[in-house]
Amino acid sequence: MTQAQLHAHDPSAMASPRRGEAGTQRRYWHIGLGVLKSAGPIVSLLLMVLVFAGLTPNFVSIANLQAILESAAVPAVVAIGMTFVLVQGSIDLSAEGVASLANILLSILIANSVTAHDLGAGAIVVALAAGLTIGALNGTLYAYLRMPSLIVTLAMWLITLGLAALLFPSRQPQILDSGFVGLALHKHLGLSALVYLAVALAFVAFIVERRAKLGRIGFAIGADEALVRLAGVNVNAYKVGAFAICGCLTGLAGILTAAQIGVGNPLAGEGLLFPGIAACVIGGTLLSGGRGGVLHSLVGVLVLVTLRNGLVQTGANPLLQKAIEGVVIVVAVAASTWHLRRKTRVVK
Amino acid sequence: MSALLSLQSISKRFPGVLALDDIDMELRQHEVLGLIGQNGSGKSTLMKIIGGLHQPSAGEMRLRGSPVRFGSPLEAARAGIGLVHQEQSLIGNLTVAENLFIDKPTDFSRFGFYRRSRMNDAARIQLDKVELDVAPDTPVDQLTFAQRQMVELAKVLSLEELVEGHLVVLFDEPTSVLTPTEIQSLFRQVRRLKMRSSVVFISHRMDEVLAISDRVYVLSDGRNVAERVKGETDPDELYELMVGRQRAGSVLPRSNPPDKNAPKRLAVRDLTVPGKVEDVSFDVASGEIVGLIGVQGSGAEAVCRAIFGVEDSHSGHIEYEGRPVRVSCPSGAVGLGIGYVPAERKAEAMMKGMSVCQNMTVTFGSDYGYGGLLLSKRRERREAANWVERLKIKTPSLDHRIDQLSGGNQQKAVLSKWLLGRSLRLLVLDHPTRGLDPGARADLFNAIRRLAEEGLSIVFVGDTLDEMVTLSDTILVLRDGRLSQRFDDVQAKRPSEEDIVRAMV
Repeated sequence: MTQAQLHAHDPSAMASPRRGEAGTQRRYWHIGLGVLKSAGPIVSLLLMVLVFAGLTPNFVSIANLQAILESAAVPAVVAIGMTFVLVQGSIDLSAEGVASLANILLSILIANSVTAHDLGAGAIVVALAAGLTIGALNGTLYAYLRMPSLIVTLAMWLITLGLAALLFPSRQPQILDSGFVGLALHKHLGLSALVYLAVALAFVAFIVERRAKLGRIGFAIGADEALVRLAGVNVNAYKVGAFAICGCLTGLAGILTAAQIGVGNPLAGEGLLFPGIAACVIGGTLLSGGRGGVLHSLVGVLVLVTLRNGLVQTGANPLLQKAIEGVVIVVAVAASTWHLRRKTRVVK
Repeated sequence: MSALLSLQSISKRFPGVLALDDIDMELRQHEVLGLIGQNGSGKSTLMKIIGGLHQPSAGEMRLRGSPVRFGSPLEAARAGIGLVHQEQSLIGNLTVAENLFIDKPTDFSRFGFYRRSRMNDAARIQLDKVELDVAPDTPVDQLTFAQRQMVELAKVLSLEELVEGHLVVLFDEPTSVLTPTEIQSLFRQVRRLKMRSSVVFISHRMDEVLAISDRVYVLSDGRNVAERVKGETDPDELYELMVGRQRAGSVLPRSNPPDKNAPKRLAVRDLTVPGKVEDVSFDVASGEIVGLIGVQGSGAEAVCRAIFGVEDSHSGHIEYEGRPVRVSCPSGAVGLGIGYVPAERKAEAMMKGMSVCQNMTVTFGSDYGYGGLLLSKRRERREAANWVERLKIKTPSLDHRIDQLSGGNQQKAVLSKWLLGRSLRLLVLDHPTRGLDPGARADLFNAIRRLAEEGLSIVFVGDTLDEMVTLSDTILVLRDGRLSQRFDDVQAKRPSEEDIVRAMV
């Protein structure tokens, strides 16, 4: 057993500069093609910006761009977590329940107006741990008991919503910890800590996706799970890992919501699931798995948030806003998956 | 030379079938062992047992003298046995390097993160072994089929550093989808491999097996019927051992010469498929068999797919039974009476896991129902049973799973899916004999010949020149997407193989 020989200190590996050049060339070519293929979502985003900018000059103001980024922070955190699950070809529908539960846990454990607990930062740790545990439980039920992830997480959505309602005290807890609420209130360069946190998370997630086994094997599972299993990879562990990340980040989204609204709310997660999944798909992360990634999903988040913001800015009929959103999403998904069209490609 | 791997009285029983019956086999060091047999003779099962995909029901396997039993391909790999798959086992969206090492314990990752440069350097060493000049960080789905096969080989060879002693490398029909030059390059690799490993090589082409092997085992009906040493046998003897009948005359000659004045069934004018085919024009008469051939990338397959409406875009004029038609999707083609048997049988032609009957009646079953709305199981089955008998499809029952039949019988079942259609008048066959042994091939050809005599028009893409001249009435040679030559009345005056090859390259 000389595993060390497998990696190269063999001179013959270095002795071929010509090949190195060819390799780099091919890589550049690959990136070029990749950009072209994933241009659909970015083009959608730019088009939308142009249209709204034409309709209302306020749209491109610094203040509005900051507002867009602020409202993108929480959906981005959800979408990043969701990406790890979708890339494997699974789905997690429990986001709204998990976020609500994390929100309630945090607001009753941190200094608040109702309960006597004050764990400080410990409250954040507990809420995050709850999200992580539920995510890992989702993954375990799905991977080891072979239940469809759609049903497992649908059930978990209800379970966590119920738990959140159960934990909700008699009165709505007002969060008194000023440092925590300050996360959303204090601005640096016009942006709150939430935005910086989301950007940092996106960076870390991107590295994990491209460099870590969890990310790379996740793509492989999405492409052909049976082959990965036959290669002796512990597929179930990677599935649990992806769901745990997703649950943890969804919990974080619930915590960030608490910072934004300053109170505990058993329905705080409401409205997080749809933008989370839709953003991924708009950005080009396929529900069938194996394609897309964190950056794709972030573009998708920006498309959705920009759209919502633009509709408000241009004074579109609020009753029509949802319908318009729906239409734009259909168009955006069509644009982002156009390059995949084949007569024999199966989409489910 | 001592035995690296020996099998003693290996048997494998599947429910209802004895796939391998008391097989003895010995693989010596530095040896290439050819393994031949008809479809269903047990070659693949034997490979899968050695490779750890199946476990033997009885018997003993010894590797380097000590008994072994593999519960999974991974265990076999760790013992130094690698299978170069016929269906490929690479994951398209991972890089070459990631694929090479996905099934091996390595130290390329630290805290769960890959150290790319180390991994790529190590991959380059493995790729050098097979003389494959691609960057290790290229995603596999950007490689050609032949390149991917080389990566498969490199993946097996990278076991060398993990295992003491020689490797056992199993090739399950590696040549069936390669071009002649690619086959030559594969053979060079196999000969180099002999230096440090032993090889088992399966192919349906006798000349190939004889060219590359030191010794040949012949399997028939799950039994080892003969062992021959290279130089003491010839293709005809091997063929006879395999099927027990003489080679010549296995494909019947055409009974009636094609009718010169037969009405035109299909007229293709200036067919262009972007990037694949340019300005190809030809006619197909009723009852005519038109063979298309060309080297890989010549566009013959794309012509077939365009006629059936599966190419994503094509231009040009297609006239069918005298009327101009636009075939933009398979269901449109089927509506006109055109059927298509794809080259990728496992991926495109059969519904794995469903029964023979379900596969045969999926397209035209409703023709036997009530007014096209309700199906009649009884009439469907009667018709399916009829074709099972006519084409001599060997299946335990109509309800047997299609993927458990041998390749030749699968292909005949796929063919009969179309023959069930009463309105079928043109059948397009893309590499219909791929993966079929000579006996199954002859059966299939006789079936096709008979259908043509009954008036069905056939367009097919052949694998070999022999196939082309045996079956075709007209041969069209394609080169770089263009029609380079046509040979008429092939059955009356056979063109020489040299002439056809000259038009191909």
